Amino acid sequence: MTNTEVVHDAAAEFMNRSTKTQKVQAVLHKFPWLSSAVVLIISVITFSFFNENFMTPNNLSLILQQVAIIGAVAAGQTIIIMTAGIDLSCGAIAIFASMVMAKTSFVNGWPAWASFTLGIIVGTGAGAFNGYLVTKVRLPPFIVTLGTLNIFLALTLFYATGRTIMDQELDPFYLKLGYLINIGQFKLTTGVLVMLLMYALLAFALRYTGWGRHVYAVGDDIEAARLAGIQVNRVLLSVYMTAGFIFSITAWIVIGRVAAASPNTGSTLNMDSITAVVIGGTSLFGGRGAVFGSLLGAVIVGVFRNGLSLAGVDLYYQTFAVGVLIIVAVSVDQWIRRAHK
Amino acid sequence: MTPTVAPVLEAKNLVKTYGRVVAVDGASLQLYPGEVLAVVGDNGAGKSTLIKCLSGAETPDEGTIELDGEEISFRRPQDSRDAGIETVYQNLAISPALDIASNLFLGREIRKKGPLGSIFRMLDGSGMKKIAKEQIALLGIGTIQNIGQAAETLSGGQRQAVSVARAAAFGQKLIILDEPTAALGVRESKQVLKLVENLRDRGLPVILISHNMPQVFEVADRIHIQRLGKRIAVVTPKSHTMNEVVAVMTGALEIDEEDQSLGPVR
Repeated sequence: MTNTEVVHDAAAEFMNRSTKTQKVQAVLHKFPWLSSAVVLIISVITFSFFNENFMTPNNLSLILQQVAIIGAVAAGQTIIIMTAGIDLSCGAIAIFASMVMAKTSFVNGWPAWASFTLGIIVGTGAGAFNGYLVTKVRLPPFIVTLGTLNIFLALTLFYATGRTIMDQELDPFYLKLGYLINIGQFKLTTGVLVMLLMYALLAFALRYTGWGRHVYAVGDDIEAARLAGIQVNRVLLSVYMTAGFIFSITAWIVIGRVAAASPNTGSTLNMDSITAVVIGGTSLFGGRGAVFGSLLGAVIVGVFRNGLSLAGVDLYYQTFAVGVLIIVAVSVDQWIRRAHK
Repeated sequence: MTPTVAPVLEAKNLVKTYGRVVAVDGASLQLYPGEVLAVVGDNGAGKSTLIKCLSGAETPDEGTIELDGEEISFRRPQDSRDAGIETVYQNLAISPALDIASNLFLGREIRKKGPLGSIFRMLDGSGMKKIAKEQIALLGIGTIQNIGQAAETLSGGQRQAVSVARAAAFGQKLIILDEPTAALGVRESKQVLKLVENLRDRGLPVILISHNMPQVFEVADRIHIQRLGKRIAVVTPKSHTMNEVVAVMTGALEIDEEDQSLGPVR
């Protein structure tokens, strides 16, 4: 017995030898948002050298206000990407919901709570429709949401008849998320706080509930999850519906930020949210990532755009820099994954 | 050879067809308390389909399945699991990114007691870790040091051990192992076979599907030989040799149902 144990230990040691790089890989593997946190800290420090106005409470508040919408959409996008899916229709759902809210309230004269509830139902229902096509009709999420992106877009334009509803026409309830709150020297909008609250709730659900584990398991290996007794389709449907709900809350944030409801905004929200999720360390292949990372991802993009423009860099170069960030983030993800194959 | 005790699981004349292909053609199977029953057969003999019928992954077209004398029907894998039958799949049905404890409780997590669990649906992480640790220790899987490590950091044998531990933790009636060593090396296969014996010692009957004759002869109490969709014989490692079993399995020899004697195919 002792003899075999000795052999065993030697074998285990042989398998467990790891270099310094492998140790770094292992840490990043455990905390996927860590690399984006490092990027954020380095970029904030760097930009503060280029322009003294960067590191001011005013400017930092502005960045947070600017990323509120993308950050909120990215929260919903994250859980879908965690299941190895993707949602190209997220922006379209948000804008659709915002038009439903604004138009039923202004044109049909509904009370704010009723129009808001209908907007939430429409957004969540749109998510459920995506989920239905993914689980029951068994179409790839990319194709499903590419289709529904156009469908929801067309429905929005059709419903809104191309008209923007301005702030003086809106119920004051819809402008609430544009209000500024002073926290110390920082000026945050209520929309930012609502976004942060959504992240907190989502992070809790993913970390501490069975649903959260199931989301990871389904994204990780869908067949294994099914054999383990998880009702895979139900989990997927719930993820698309939750995302739809988050996108319709985002609709509220959008109206508050723009101080209007327009059918012509939000066309780049899908790509921007995917950018935030990817830079935040969530794997496009599913099963890996943290919702908190997507918030960091959204803030990083905001910091880059703001910092570069304060440094007097042309818009083209800002976009170029974001592109480089995406490539680097995905390369890091691949590198981490390889560590454990 | 014919124990007087009642079988834990009894399948009678199961038939399963896929279109025009007959996978299982009137197969029966009995599993008695506390035994390891090996199911062997050539490719296409219908052993996988037979097992799928027992684990609820497929529903048989004809025939009955009785568990402890009561007739049951499974529509989903969840049904057989609820009835106390646990299956360990060949393709390692565990989630690589989740840790060992999460994998052990995947699909049946334990919630915290009180409002934290009932209202906020919080999981009892430390409680599950504790039980997972006990299970791993109970099965003598000493090589797993950290219950919180991700499943993908484990070797193939350790992963299979996690699957077996999961089955052992929740299997009330019996455990089905489908080719548990097919993807494993020699040392890891040994570990898994040891686990099988361990389960039997704890009184849990085991159905073991395997291609590997030496392994079958090492652990099985009885050997169910499947051929062309039917059970053609049940032998024991003592009554027959490996070569004889292979010959029966491939149809080179025929076995007499009465006295178990071997003869050429008529």
